[in-house]
Amino acid sequence: MDQALQHLVNGTVLGGTYALLGIGLTLVFGVMRVVNFTHGELYAFGAYMTYAGVSLLGLNFYLSLALATLLGMALGASIEWLLLRPMRKADIDSVMLVMIGAALVLQNGEMWAWGGVAKLIPNPFPGTPLVVGPVSVMPLRLFVLVVSAALLLGFWLLLDRTRIGMAMRATFQDPETAALMGVRIGWVNTATFAIGSGLAAAAGALLGPVFMVSPTMGDLVGLKAFAIVILGGLGSLPGATIGGFALGFVEEFAGGFVSTEYRDAFGFLLIILILAVRPQGLVPAKERIG
Amino acid sequence: MNALFAWGFVAALAALPLVFPDPYLLAVLTSAGIFIIGAISLNLLLGYTGQLSLGHVAFFGLGAYASALATLGFDIGIGFGWRVVLAPQPVWLGFLAAIVVAGGFGWLLGRLAFRVRGAYFVIITICFAQVLRMVALNWVELTQGPMALISIPPFSLWWPGQGVVPLYRKDQNYWLVLAVAVLAFLLVRQVVRSRIGRALVALRANEPLARSVGIRVTHYLVIAAVLSAGIAGAAGSLFAHYVRIVDPDVFLFIYTVTMVIMVVTGGKGTLWGPVVGGLVFGLMPDLLRGTAPPEAQWIIYGAAMILFVMFLPRGIVPALARRLP
Repeated sequence: MDQALQHLVNGTVLGGTYALLGIGLTLVFGVMRVVNFTHGELYAFGAYMTYAGVSLLGLNFYLSLALATLLGMALGASIEWLLLRPMRKADIDSVMLVMIGAALVLQNGEMWAWGGVAKLIPNPFPGTPLVVGPVSVMPLRLFVLVVSAALLLGFWLLLDRTRIGMAMRATFQDPETAALMGVRIGWVNTATFAIGSGLAAAAGALLGPVFMVSPTMGDLVGLKAFAIVILGGLGSLPGATIGGFALGFVEEFAGGFVSTEYRDAFGFLLIILILAVRPQGLVPAKERIG
Repeated sequence: MNALFAWGFVAALAALPLVFPDPYLLAVLTSAGIFIIGAISLNLLLGYTGQLSLGHVAFFGLGAYASALATLGFDIGIGFGWRVVLAPQPVWLGFLAAIVVAGGFGWLLGRLAFRVRGAYFVIITICFAQVLRMVALNWVELTQGPMALISIPPFSLWWPGQGVVPLYRKDQNYWLVLAVAVLAFLLVRQVVRSRIGRALVALRANEPLARSVGIRVTHYLVIAAVLSAGIAGAAGSLFAHYVRIVDPDVFLFIYTVTMVIMVVTGGKGTLWGPVVGGLVFGLMPDLLRGTAPPEAQWIIYGAAMILFVMFLPRGIVPALARRLP
């Protein structure tokens, strides 16, 4: 029981960052109909920028996190402007191919710039775990959870309360009608992609200090982001949040009770199962899938 | 492209080791050839059915592992104290096993994945390859995990004047790969020109319409997936017995991407597309070697993919075909 409680806590911490990743990806798909293969690379980019801020420039840890997120947004906006804007009329498969090409360039650019050796980001948190009853958690991970939760909340407020949020929701439902109502779709797309990329970069910046930073760190994470999004239903924002936590719990519990080695495989098996049984996901968005 | 020119091209390739017996050149062409076979098989799905299958390396890897394991033999526990034991088999049986195993998984994936389309299909295929990679990494008893399967025997074939011999020489392996590539090309050509191929092209053009005139869409898609997977499995087997070491990295997404780039730049849905694209991108790494860091190769691959899709979406072969009379 105690062990289960510990897994529950770990799963929540993991799930928070997964939710950030999933929301960014599903938002881009929902609004722009783009399957964003660069998502994992933006995650790695966020982690590297945090490393650069803390270790190379000697900046404050929290400032580096914020800067990394902003730079991620800027990179996302430029990808949208450079690659996606000219491809707006193209079919979904062609856009996917372009994004795979972009991911390849980004990942190997990172490899070139930083070398293949994994890097460690120093953080100001104490290395001793907080112990509450039977459960222990590292302060850094707690910080990660709190910031993820704050970002999730901020994102919901942005979507729910602001003009750009309303424009995004309108485009999500029907781009053509939104355009007729005076929504500037081009702007919405750039903003969407920037926000989605910013969320990925934030997740990378947050998890970078927890794990190591390496050029290929985006690979698995990018695929996991797909898993989360599929789990919740492609294009569904509540689905991605639930999917993020669900994947966190599945990995944590299956890793703890079934097999540690196959920990990462459970997520993918889950996707294949979900797609075979319930392809619309847990919380389906309105969309044709078959 | 007319048949005379095509056979001339094959004859020139076949004569190459006699004219330039440079082992380095032959090694480069052999590994390019293995990937071209993979690209030819991928083209059947990507080009002719129009389904963006991004798990193709799964079949390549399955073929490599199946063939390697069949020729090395294995002894594994499957729970309840039962064991499955296989004595080492001859390589040609391994080659067949590779085709059958990969084709079988092609059927399975086809049945599962073709229930959905578009982004969903793409993601399910990627996940499939990823799960296989995890299995290869972690089922150490069978696959040796990251320690890799080593000492895989080379292909052995009947050779004029020598009887059945293992193929250690570069030129022998080169001819073997060339022969399989030609067979794969002819097989895909036959399929594409058959009833199956017409059904595939019809459903690529307009799936609801194809369905409405009575084409059993899923049935034909699964046939294409099985054939495509089987050929990719054969390529994997060639790879295993040529490189003679197989590790879980054969399932890396990057190899699928390499095959996709070959098909897309060459011209998807054209018979010669994967061959032309495969030659360009199969030879490029070796042309770059020494002058640029390895990352540069992938950056060029990525940039080429972007530029081709944006500016020459139909690929090199259709563009050339329009220029020629």
